[in-house]
Amino acid sequence: MKKNGVKMIKINSKNVDVFYGKKQALFNINLDIEENQVTALIGPSGCGKSTYLRCLNRMNDVIDICRVKGQIIINDFDINDKSCDVVRLREKIGMVFQKPNPFPKTIYENISYGPTIHGMAQSKNEMDEIVETSLKKAALWEEVKDRLHEPGTGLSGGQQQRLCIARAISVKPEVILMDEPCSALDPIATAQIEELIDELKKDHTIIIVTHSMAQAARVSQNTGFFHLGELIEHGSTDKIFKNPENKRTQDYITGRFG
Amino acid sequence: MNKNKEKLLNSRYRAEKRFQFYGKSAIFLALLFLTIFIFKIFSTGYTAFQKTWLIVPVTFDAETLYLDENPSKEDLEDADYFDLALQTMFDLDKSASEKQQNDLKRMVSYFFEREIKRELLNDPSLIGKTKDVYLTASDDLDQVFKGNYPRDLPEDQRRVTDYQLKIFDQLVEQGRVESKFNLSFFIYPDSREAELAGIASSFMGSIFSILVCLVIAFPVAVLAAIYLEEFAPKNRFTDFIEVNINNLAAVPSIVFGLLGLGILLAVFQLPRSTPLVGGITLSLMTLPTIIIACRASLKAVPPSIREAALAMGASKMQTTMHHTVPLSMPGTLSGTIIGLAQALGETAPLILIGMVAFVNTIPGSPLDPAASLPVQIYIWAESAERGFVEKVSACIMVLLGFLIIMNLFAQIIRHKFEKKWS
Repeated sequence: MKKNGVKMIKINSKNVDVFYGKKQALFNINLDIEENQVTALIGPSGCGKSTYLRCLNRMNDVIDICRVKGQIIINDFDINDKSCDVVRLREKIGMVFQKPNPFPKTIYENISYGPTIHGMAQSKNEMDEIVETSLKKAALWEEVKDRLHEPGTGLSGGQQQRLCIARAISVKPEVILMDEPCSALDPIATAQIEELIDELKKDHTIIIVTHSMAQAARVSQNTGFFHLGELIEHGSTDKIFKNPENKRTQDYITGRFG
Repeated sequence: MNKNKEKLLNSRYRAEKRFQFYGKSAIFLALLFLTIFIFKIFSTGYTAFQKTWLIVPVTFDAETLYLDENPSKEDLEDADYFDLALQTMFDLDKSASEKQQNDLKRMVSYFFEREIKRELLNDPSLIGKTKDVYLTASDDLDQVFKGNYPRDLPEDQRRVTDYQLKIFDQLVEQGRVESKFNLSFFIYPDSREAELAGIASSFMGSIFSILVCLVIAFPVAVLAAIYLEEFAPKNRFTDFIEVNINNLAAVPSIVFGLLGLGILLAVFQLPRSTPLVGGITLSLMTLPTIIIACRASLKAVPPSIREAALAMGASKMQTTMHHTVPLSMPGTLSGTIIGLAQALGETAPLILIGMVAFVNTIPGSPLDPAASLPVQIYIWAESAERGFVEKVSACIMVLLGFLIIMNLFAQIIRHKFEKKWS
């Protein structure tokens, strides 16, 4: 979104390095993410795009040997700072994973879990409303409204992934991270999710890691190209795909490697 | 070339057939042993569920009971029944010599006095009348009646005298010997007399021990497992702990018994021979089993579920308590039941802490002295009397039944409550 022609920056990464034990996985990443836009991160397998994504909600904390250096500033606040509370951060920055991972509970409980632990609903009615709006936003309401109390794991793959998206937006995050959300889905489900992403960018800033360049071109406004742990090039999707500056970007886009 | 290939192919098929044959024979052998084992136990043990009674006419003579006319309920309660009981047995053969009278007396259990008393207390109007009363036959006659006693042995090698056999055969002819379901086996405590011995004290002892074991081992093991699996940093020290827990699971149970003896009894002065001490000792043994089962089922919860919860802003503690632990519970519970079933069958540690003592009362709490089922088997198997042989098998049947039910329960929990992942 442009305000007075100036792009609003939501996330600002400065000199981010990531190490797995002694092995360095990311080298000096400097990347700005624009607010209410879809930013796609592309690159061959093992290039570090997922690692970078997981830095943004500090999911790398889960991995014992992983260390993150540098600054990642969200809302004027460095999330790698000691004073940053991970629980509060992850409330603001939701995540959708590669494989649909609904909790083995009912559809309703899947959505209500986040609002419950963050104390977002005062009554049953409020919670019902949150569940309904979240499912509607994720374009799943019509399909599941009659079986909210059936297990979420009984849905089809595409429905499960939309359930996970509904779960992520139930706590009204500012940013949604998506880690190859369509890689386990068929083309029809993929199309539904892509449509949904376009819809969601009105209210959320979206960062999506994808293997499919076609998908990046379809859904994103900005694109970053990673290779061997470095951010090779980033800019508007149009420019990256039509007129890349770097030779390696061009080779990847045109399918010469990757 | 082609022929060679065909040869090779044929030999590969033959190898597979041979392998299948070996596998099938192994299974057959295992089943055969199991069948023989079970058949042996059942064929020796089933007679223990029957008990032989002598039906003897008792004349409730007020004089022999040293009672006045119209005695009150208290008088009947306090009366001395011994002479009446003795007289009843002597009346079976009025011409018996003194030695033969002694034989007559030993044809029934020493409960005969009590059995006669119970009859009169149930119906005080019997005073002055004669009634047929069921008296527990002595264990030797019980075995004779069940056909387990070699009657053709010379008399000096038998505990049953020729005279007793003669009288017994007469009673059989008169239809005064009857075999009925042996309820006392289930409701009587242990006894030195095989005909009166039951499993009630050891059964309750086992139940109390297992309860104490569960109450101690389950929370400790589950907390340890959750901490180690979910929270503890992975370093040399935790590796060391893990190795030692696995070692602990392989420690012979008698060592735990020595520990119970040396620490619980000697240092803490807890009451000897009680299910409390037995349960604590068994819980030490069960602890590693439950920890290992719980850790395995925590490990089986897919990391994606943890990630999903963490990414929703759940704290580590919430992720563990809301998702991981509930999902691991079926595996943990079935592991716990299997651990308890192991503990239930354990003998050696209980012998060391004194639960092998002869207990002829039924324990009412974990603080009363008791035996346990496997120890009861051990005690009876050591006894010389023929009457205990079938009791051993019967006790094994009860223990096995118990174990089978527990394992079945573990299976049901595992299958019914295990969640399927997407």
